[in-house]
Amino acid sequence: MAEKLISKIPEGPLAEKWTKHKAQIRVVSPANKRKLEIIVIGTGLGGASAAASLGELGYNVKVFCISDSPRRAHSIAAQGGINAAKNYQNDNDSVYRLFYDTIKGGDYRSREANVYRLAEVSGLIIDQCVAQGVPFARDYGGLLDNRSFGGAQVSRTFYARGQTGQQLLLGAYASLNRAISKGSVKSYPRHEMLDLVLIDGEARGIIARNLVTGEIERHGAHAVVLATGGYGNVYFLSTNAMNSNGSAAWQCYKKGAFFANPCFAQIHPTCIPVHGDQQSKLTLMSESLRNDGRIWVPKKKEDVERLRKKQVKASQIPEEDRDYYLERRYPAFGNLVPRDVASRAAKERCDAGFGVNETGLAVFLDFSTAIKRLGKQVISERYGNLFQMYEKITDVNPYEEPMMIFPAIHYTMGGLWVDYNLQTTIPGLYAIGEANFSDHGGNRLGASALMQGLADGYFILPYTIGDYLSHKIQVPKTDTNHPAFEEAERKVRERINKLFSIKGKETVDSFHKRLGHIMWEYVGMARNEEGLKKAISEIRALREEYWKNVYVPGVENDFNQEIEKALRVADFMEIGELMAMDALNRRESCGGHFREEMQTEDGETKRDDENFMYVSAWEYQEGAEPVMHKEPLNYEFVKLGTRNYKD
Amino acid sequence: MMNLTLRVWRQKNAKDKGHFEEYKVKNISPDTSFLEMMDILNDQLIREGNDPVAINKGCKSSGPVAFDHDCREGICGMCSLYINGRPHGPDDEITTCQLHMRKFKDGDTITIEPWRSAGFPVIKDLVVNRGAFDQILQAGGFISVNTGGVPDANSIPVPKKNADESMDAAACIGCGACVATCKNGSAMLFVAARVSSLALLPQGKVEAARRAKAMVAKMDELGFGACTNTRACEMECPKHVTVSHIARLNREFLSAKLKD
Repeated sequence: MAEKLISKIPEGPLAEKWTKHKAQIRVVSPANKRKLEIIVIGTGLGGASAAASLGELGYNVKVFCISDSPRRAHSIAAQGGINAAKNYQNDNDSVYRLFYDTIKGGDYRSREANVYRLAEVSGLIIDQCVAQGVPFARDYGGLLDNRSFGGAQVSRTFYARGQTGQQLLLGAYASLNRAISKGSVKSYPRHEMLDLVLIDGEARGIIARNLVTGEIERHGAHAVVLATGGYGNVYFLSTNAMNSNGSAAWQCYKKGAFFANPCFAQIHPTCIPVHGDQQSKLTLMSESLRNDGRIWVPKKKEDVERLRKKQVKASQIPEEDRDYYLERRYPAFGNLVPRDVASRAAKERCDAGFGVNETGLAVFLDFSTAIKRLGKQVISERYGNLFQMYEKITDVNPYEEPMMIFPAIHYTMGGLWVDYNLQTTIPGLYAIGEANFSDHGGNRLGASALMQGLADGYFILPYTIGDYLSHKIQVPKTDTNHPAFEEAERKVRERINKLFSIKGKETVDSFHKRLGHIMWEYVGMARNEEGLKKAISEIRALREEYWKNVYVPGVENDFNQEIEKALRVADFMEIGELMAMDALNRRESCGGHFREEMQTEDGETKRDDENFMYVSAWEYQEGAEPVMHKEPLNYEFVKLGTRNYKD
Repeated sequence: MMNLTLRVWRQKNAKDKGHFEEYKVKNISPDTSFLEMMDILNDQLIREGNDPVAINKGCKSSGPVAFDHDCREGICGMCSLYINGRPHGPDDEITTCQLHMRKFKDGDTITIEPWRSAGFPVIKDLVVNRGAFDQILQAGGFISVNTGGVPDANSIPVPKKNADESMDAAACIGCGACVATCKNGSAMLFVAARVSSLALLPQGKVEAARRAKAMVAKMDELGFGACTNTRACEMECPKHVTVSHIARLNREFLSAKLKD
């Protein structure tokens, strides 16, 4: 089966690959586009931009989302910004530098050609968004402003206050609305994809559930695009939205699409710490705060004790007694080291007993130096809404006292395996944005998720999917009475009925929380062989219990949020197990994947390029262990190095 | 820790008349968010509905309460509860998911209802259909550009003041609190936020008048009421979108009408 893993990376010099490829792939004439149908699942930055662009090109597009409107997709919550190699700041940024930073930030586990293309089209994204009316931050001269983000030494991040994701999504959503008004795109809100339908081995449709009526629907097309985001909610507590889930991608995996690097999950260093057992999700505090915020814990244990007992305020601890540990350990990048590095450093301090709240799981993010230097007004202009959000949640005013933060699950770099055309191992099935694995390797840099979602949706997929569809112009519309649809629908109904019929004792959420505990404990910030083996056996036991003892109230043909969750949690348990298996296999530390057995003397990640310089792509086997295939990573243009953020 | 009484609107579907049911929840931490409190209520309702002892005693459970929620950080606009007579509850510039229980006292009775407005029919319990907002935006809430072929971003300078004001309006999360609180059920603030945000930018100015006209016409068509300048919308907007944008909408709308 490994012959399926052909990455289709074009030959030639790095900077010419995409141009050359575009010239060589086929296009579809306008008259033929009108005959072709495409299904897009998800309306975040990837899905909305793809659906809008494909609609503008003249294809017939059906776009599905689980929320009541495409605008709710979780891209909306991205705060800090979007990277682009515009070099507007004259700080010697370039396509190559953005490419290099992304490869290095990903700890040398992503494909050179994909990442270079991403950097190459990044500038076009900013042009497009401005043309759509995205109100990016500007300087008094009327031109665009930038800020810095982790893992970069240049200022290439474009932003709209602390709501960049919202503004970019509203831009893509506006284009989508325009395409809908013109009739080229049809929108299906409150619909969830529950299975992929294959005819002769090719993706030809989906089975979806209307979340308002509970009806099961069949939808056919000539190609299916998955833009369903990541699977971070495996951990129960994460910064993902409550409804974000991995089920659509997982069903595609079970239909034969390979799943790549499932163990690469990103833990974001600056989230509001857990307050207690009643917590449902974690809130991110934008990475942009690390531009002006300094991260510290006390140097002395007695200060830690006094803080925990609330006998002293953070602001009362004198400068000389503070350990700005990121500035101490990583002088060159300081507070702007990549996310995985900052997260592990926080864990290291907390494990050593320096955590600053009652749970011992928090560090400070302090703005007092910046407020002194720039004044409260400037800080408020930059981060006002984030400060307000923090105060609403914690009841602490961050202008006066530092924020308390702790790492939390935020993003998954792993996802469906795709080739250079963003096509999965199933012909006609494409995966874009966070749903695929391709651009971020072992760790994603801040402000790069927005860049990738829009790059894929606006400028890459609309070209590459044409190459596939150009061979389908003679293929008639998909007949949803085909036996493949019958069969897929039957299986979906069976799964739903099975869940209702168990009538056990425990709620769906209680299982999800238990899964989250296992994942965070053993497949979280630090992993080891023993823990991962334990995770696998515990997840298997939990899954067995789930299918015997879960209770799903209500009926199928109704608006029923419990059956929605029950289907997703069933899949999360399987995803979690594959993540643990992948983490167990990858006996090296790289990016967000930290194997305790593989670290340097000063606690940094120890990569093993000799044995693990590959993408692990897992193939589902019904009733048996999945099979892992390797896609070797060849670094032709970048010299492999140890990530160094110290000097 | 707090013990509370909840009066919750229950409605099976769009056709059902609906009614209030009363529930008790116990040991709620002040640090818990309002929606986490709703999760606790639902966990309780699911367990009660599955408890043979309670069922034998004739306990008829209506099951868990349906409510919309997603990001739980105040930006997706999905959550939509009317709490003690205010959209998003008793705090200013906040969404329901950002509301925390420290705003309530032990022993309080809290009334929880869906958005009530002709434009937003109830789907179930506290969930309403806000599809009309999508339709209004589809009528013209965009700049007519295709993907690709646009000028370099910095070739269109925008005065900082305009960009900032445009952003103020663009902060709208489409939650519908403005409609829910308006005695006329008007969607003027929602429409104005989009029209104003785009009209303030040179890119959006080109078709500003046409946009205003199309969006207002669609709003009227979908059964939203007229604006009578009560400013209730501005008071309840979780993102502090102000009625100054309605003034700008009116200008664009009039100029469109004058050109007719």
